Amino acid sequence: MSDPTVTLSLRINGTPWQGEVLANRLLVDFLRYDVGLTGTKEGCGVGVCGACTVRLNDRLVSSCLTLAAMADGTELTTVEGLAGREELKPIQRAFIEHGGFQCGICTPGQLMAAQALLEHDANPSEDAIKAWMMSNLCRCTGYYGIVRSVKAAAGGAA
Amino acid sequence: MRAFDFKAPDSLDAVCALLAQYGSDAKLLAGGTGLLNLMKQELVQPAVLVSLQRVPGLDTLTVDGNGICAGAGVRHRRMETDTALQQAAPLLAAAYGHVATVRIRMSATVGGGLAHADPAMDAPAVWRVLGATMHLRSASGTRQVAADEFFEDFYTTSLAPEEVLTEVTAPALPAGAGWSYQKFLPRSADDYAAVSVSALLCLDGDGRVAQARVGIGSAAPIPVLAQAVGAALIGRQPTPQAIAAAAELARDAVDPLDDLRGSAAYKRDMAVVFTRRALTEAAARARRA
Repeated sequence: MSDPTVTLSLRINGTPWQGEVLANRLLVDFLRYDVGLTGTKEGCGVGVCGACTVRLNDRLVSSCLTLAAMADGTELTTVEGLAGREELKPIQRAFIEHGGFQCGICTPGQLMAAQALLEHDANPSEDAIKAWMMSNLCRCTGYYGIVRSVKAAAGGAA
Repeated sequence: MRAFDFKAPDSLDAVCALLAQYGSDAKLLAGGTGLLNLMKQELVQPAVLVSLQRVPGLDTLTVDGNGICAGAGVRHRRMETDTALQQAAPLLAAAYGHVATVRIRMSATVGGGLAHADPAMDAPAVWRVLGATMHLRSASGTRQVAADEFFEDFYTTSLAPEEVLTEVTAPALPAGAGWSYQKFLPRSADDYAAVSVSALLCLDGDGRVAQARVGIGSAAPIPVLAQAVGAALIGRQPTPQAIAAAAELARDAVDPLDDLRGSAAYKRDMAVVFTRRALTEAAARARRA
C-alpha cells in the first residue's frame, strides 16, 4: 500500500499550486523537491537555526518543522518571492552592500526574517534587530554585517 | 518520519469523533514545533495525525473582568504582544515572550505547549502560579482540570487519548500584585532554561505579604509550584532576609536532572538564587503599585 497523501491548494509566491503531496512531506522538502524552489535551505532540521524560514500568510515558520499539509489554503512566500523580476527588495540590496552574507546558506532565512521585522517595525532599534534576528544563526559569524544590513534597509540607505 | 494518515476536520465535534475512533493511534497537531520534532526522531509514531488547522474559534483570546481565556490555538506570539493580556497578566505575557525565538513563537500554540508538557517550557509553571483551569473536550462531553492536577510527568498530562484541550482560563493578577519572570540561560538566548522562576506577590496595607506564589520550570518532571516558598512569606515584611530564607526552600521543591545546562546539584543552587531574584523584583513592583 502506498503512503497516504493529501490534496493541497495554496499560492506560492503569488502563483496558485494544486496537487497531491505525501502526508508526511515536510514543507522544506515539498518546496525543494516537489515545487523546485531550492532557495530555501535546510540547516539544523529541528527549528533552531532559521535557514529554512519561509512565510505562511503573515507568519514566519521553520519549514523543517512544518508539514506541507499545514500550508493548505495559505499564501506562502519563499526567498524567491521577495524580489520582483528586475528589482531587489531594499533588504536584499542591503545584504549585498553591507556584507550581510558570506557563504550564503543562512541568507534566504535571514532575508525572510529581516523582511518580516521591517514590515512589523519600519525603524527597529539595534536591540530590537538583535532580539528578532537571534532566530537565525550564521556559522560564518556574519552577525555584525547582518545587523548593519537590516539597519541600512530600515534607514533607506540601501 | 514514518507515514501517517493526515486529517484536517473543520469542527471540534469532528475532531472528537476522530479521537474517539482512533484513540491512542492518533495525535493532535497544532503548531507542530513540539510534536514534529518528536516524530522526526521517531519517538512518537502516530498512525493518524489530526490537525486543528481548520477548526474555527480556537484562536480566541479574551481578557475581561472574568480574567483570561486563551483558546488552545492562540499562538505564543499573540500571548507575548497582546496589550490587554500585558495589562492583566504581565507575568504570563513575559513568559510567553521568553520562549525560543520569534519564529517559533509565531507557530507554537497555547494548547500545544501545555499538552506537550515539556517541563522545561516557560509558560506551564506560570499557568500554575495563576491558578489556571484547563478545559477539555471529548465526544462524551467536557471537563475541567486544575493546572495543579493537569501535569503528571515528563511529556505526560491528564488528557485522555480521546480528549482535546480547547481553552485555558485564569483570573487576572490581583490589583497591586508584583511579579517577576527570571530565566537562567547559561548557554544561548534561545535555549531552554537551566531553571526558570515566576513569582507573584501581593502586599497588604501594612506592607506585609498577603499572597505569594512561586513557580519553577526546568527543575522537575512537571512544572513546579513551590508552595513552601510562598507560605514562608505570608504575613511577613518582604525584607531581603525574609526573601532569602523563603528562597532557600526552593532547593527541596525541585528535582532537577543533570544535563548540558548544569548538574542537578548546581540547578538546585540556581533554583534558590533565581527564586530570590524573582521574589526581590516582585516585592519591589508590589511596593510601587
